[in-house]
Amino acid sequence: MSQTEYQTTRVEIAGENALILYFGEKTDPAVSAKVQQAVDALETVLADVLIDMVPSYASLLVIFNPLACDHLEVRRRIRTALSDQAAGEASEGRLVSLPAYYSTESGPDLEDLASRANLSVEEVIKIHSEMEYRVYAIGFAPGFAYLGEVDERIAAPRLSTPRQKVPRGAVAIADRQTAVYPAVSPGGWNLIGLCPTRMFNPDATPSMPVQVGDRIRFEPIERDEFLSLGGEL
Amino acid sequence: MSGFKVLQPGLLTLIQDAGRIGQHRIGLTTGGPLDSNAFAWANRLLNNDGNATALEISIGGLVMEAQCDTYIVLTGAAMPLKINGTEQEGWCAHKVQAGDRIDVGFSSAGARAYLAVSGGFTVAKSFTSTATVTREGIGGLNGEKLQQGDILPAESAADQQVYRLPEAFRPDYTAAVSLRVITGYQQDAFSDVQKRLFFSSEYKVTDRADRMGYRLEGPQITPSIDGILSEGICHGAIQVPADGQPIVLLNDRQTIGGYPKIGSMIAMDTARLTQLLPGSAVSFEEISIDAAHNLRCLEQARFARTEPEAL
Repeated sequence: MSQTEYQTTRVEIAGENALILYFGEKTDPAVSAKVQQAVDALETVLADVLIDMVPSYASLLVIFNPLACDHLEVRRRIRTALSDQAAGEASEGRLVSLPAYYSTESGPDLEDLASRANLSVEEVIKIHSEMEYRVYAIGFAPGFAYLGEVDERIAAPRLSTPRQKVPRGAVAIADRQTAVYPAVSPGGWNLIGLCPTRMFNPDATPSMPVQVGDRIRFEPIERDEFLSLGGEL
Repeated sequence: MSGFKVLQPGLLTLIQDAGRIGQHRIGLTTGGPLDSNAFAWANRLLNNDGNATALEISIGGLVMEAQCDTYIVLTGAAMPLKINGTEQEGWCAHKVQAGDRIDVGFSSAGARAYLAVSGGFTVAKSFTSTATVTREGIGGLNGEKLQQGDILPAESAADQQVYRLPEAFRPDYTAAVSLRVITGYQQDAFSDVQKRLFFSSEYKVTDRADRMGYRLEGPQITPSIDGILSEGICHGAIQVPADGQPIVLLNDRQTIGGYPKIGSMIAMDTARLTQLLPGSAVSFEEISIDAAHNLRCLEQARFARTEPEAL
């Protein structure tokens, strides 16, 4: 990242021990790559004062220990770290394949979504599984990864009444975002299938198969394979 | 396994250590004590490590039976503490023996009390911490609040030096509170008029006030934007959703969210806020990040220098 590029990064106060860095204003893979690059750089230069970081679409929240330093010192280190960074070093992230059993049985909103989009169910599945998605953010619930962006043709607004209970593994769409529900929870996204891969397993290391910056592809599988991979209907 | 048997769990009693840090990137929140000051005192009065696992008791109603010989202390909200039916002083360590009945009644001032035991409860850590976050089902014995019949593991403690905090040093939870807020985040999305309204009005704590966030009720604040691209939320952040009623986000907050935020309350004051019951009035005061930093360092120094009485 060059000096001029750093100037496009805004650093704002978030709280008594937190600064937030803004790298852009919208969902954009290039902006997300900058966020990821900053995460890697700051992990090193803030190691002795860092409490936690929260990367998201176009921002990075940096939480520091106020008894070890102050916001001016943190700002100074951030400025140095970001201006020292060479351009074009953003990692592509790993490509992770997630199996998905798309069907009207596993995706109760698939038919509705298809008819509203004037597409067949098969076309919706094809469009959703042909795209590569970027992990923009992780939050809402442990292991919930916000993936973007789905093709405009299959973008769909949230349900007017959220479901009380979305099953674990539900593959879902809201606007141009898609995600896999890591656990049973309420939710208003459109459900189009089920993924047998656990998105959050507290007993596994790592506890999540993906991290911010990774790329995801959904691989359509049949009912039998879904069940043999441990999926539940 | 020795420890304490839960005879009545109370309204909401949670196993907490100082909190789960460094896990935001997989979506895990902090958890930990809402009133970090009272929690810190509970451990210090027993000479425990500052991160030792204790209980956070909201409102009251906890009854336990000791199964080992050790010491306990209760700090924070004014909940009557009885050992075998005899009333005992809060903010003061007490010896208990196997078979003793410990009764924590309902609060007359404040909302959260902390019960610590010598050496801390010996609960397995989950993602570096024992802090219970029920929404995530993580921490504590099984990710849940205490249940009747639970056994809280603890080791017997040999005779040791324990302490009492003199009354002059204990917080007064009935005092009126002005809560200090650092403007930040989307503060530019709030006009000067809206900011002045926020900082000059009285708000009330609603009954939708929990460990995730305190919803307040008062004059409506209107930001010039509806929402933002989801971004990280720090402890104490004050978000203003479409209804214009501020929500102070606390220990069990979601790690990211998309509502505009006017700023963040300092931790010393979220500790005071979370001692308030629904209906309590609060007001806000603007503070600079530098002044907040000074207060934080002074608070730390004061805590370190305040000498409890040895018993």
